[in-house]
Amino acid sequence: MIVFRIDRRSGVATYLQLAHQVRQALRLGVLESGDRLPTAREVVAATAINPNTVLRAYRELEREGLVEPRPGQGTFVRRSLSRPAAAADSPLRAEFTDWVARARDAGLEREDIAALTDAALDERFPAPPPSHRSPQSMEEDT
Amino acid sequence: MTDPIASTALRATRLGRRFRSGWALRDCDFDLPAGRITALVGPNGAGKSTLFHLATGLLRPTTGEISVFGADPVTAEARDRTAFLAQDKPLYPRFTVDETLRFGRELNRDWDQATAERIVRAGNISLDARVGTLSPGQCTRISLALAFGKRPGLLLLDEPLADLDPLVRIEAMGLVMAEVAERGITVVLSSHVLSELENVCDHVLLLKHGGVRLQGDAQQLCDDHLLLTGRADGSRENGLPPGLDGATVVESTVTGRQVTALLRTDGHPVGASADDRWVTEIPSLEDLLLAYLRSAPAGTATTEAAA
Repeated sequence: MIVFRIDRRSGVATYLQLAHQVRQALRLGVLESGDRLPTAREVVAATAINPNTVLRAYRELEREGLVEPRPGQGTFVRRSLSRPAAAADSPLRAEFTDWVARARDAGLEREDIAALTDAALDERFPAPPPSHRSPQSMEEDT
Repeated sequence: MTDPIASTALRATRLGRRFRSGWALRDCDFDLPAGRITALVGPNGAGKSTLFHLATGLLRPTTGEISVFGADPVTAEARDRTAFLAQDKPLYPRFTVDETLRFGRELNRDWDQATAERIVRAGNISLDARVGTLSPGQCTRISLALAFGKRPGLLLLDEPLADLDPLVRIEAMGLVMAEVAERGITVVLSSHVLSELENVCDHVLLLKHGGVRLQGDAQQLCDDHLLLTGRADGSRENGLPPGLDGATVVESTVTGRQVTALLRTDGHPVGASADDRWVTEIPSLEDLLLAYLRSAPAGTATTEAAA
């Protein structure tokens, strides 16, 4: 089962935070195919947010084909996003961890490293991530 | 977000209420949709408590009408469907918790004892405890148990958590949200803690000087506004960039060289969005409410476009 954490100061819409945390859990293998997501009631009792926000996040994940509602039973994970190559003990992850350590030793700050990885990602993947400067673009995808 | 056409839980038409000291509410028109959680916001004296008292039939309107699911608040039909929790939770200190719940059972025809007891037990409160010995947080829980025991369609909360510490606030609000999730209750919640409303409310009713200043779907209202920040344009009186035709300036402040403004654009593009000397953002609900609370009252507000 996944436990949600709401960052009230991030400026990112709460339903996007919830959807992101589910995707993250799917990537990390914390959630697997067939697992049930917590009900809206369970989530809001712990986080004191509006139940519609939870339903909206789940609809978003459903639209992406990651989860499916089963009437009277809840919302279930349809497929995992975890890739063996990204697992904690994978060589790719170890190399990347080493690289981050080297970047830090070279005097780079966290934000410098994030900017470098973003730039490298932009080079290889055509669709850039939403700009940090305009939260507008993050809200507009609904 | 596409909502099905929701029915109205609380409707006011030209609603007004005058006291000896003057009008507490005047010419208010609003529809609060059923199944939603409305934030009732306004400075002290804006008419929030008067509105709650009109909605529960404790006060009668001087002008206009107010209805709860289509019924006059003083009718049994409306009273059975409305639960009201005020800041001063009136409980009898000498009663035990069990006696307090029995009181609710005898006053309400359609009483839900199982839910009321479940809410009490979830707080580890003994049914034999005297109410006078309970903490403020536990009293809030008993009041909520009484409110939900009524099986209300409309729950009115007037600053109910004001005297609670942060942990108990989250717990109490979580309890309200969980019941709402289960039964689709309509909630109207007043609070001065705007940051707390952001994650809870999906509809807004903002009162100021006894009138409705802002109302609507919370997300839609945020999307209809823009927060603009940049270097003040020295050639212009208000410092704002040209090309804001059609947008309404809700609030604008010049501090040194910087100007920040909240604009109501209703989704129309403004030139400054494409200009990288200006940062435009969708405001948070808190930004939005604060700007409207600070800005001039309706009628004297700057409604012309800053062309």
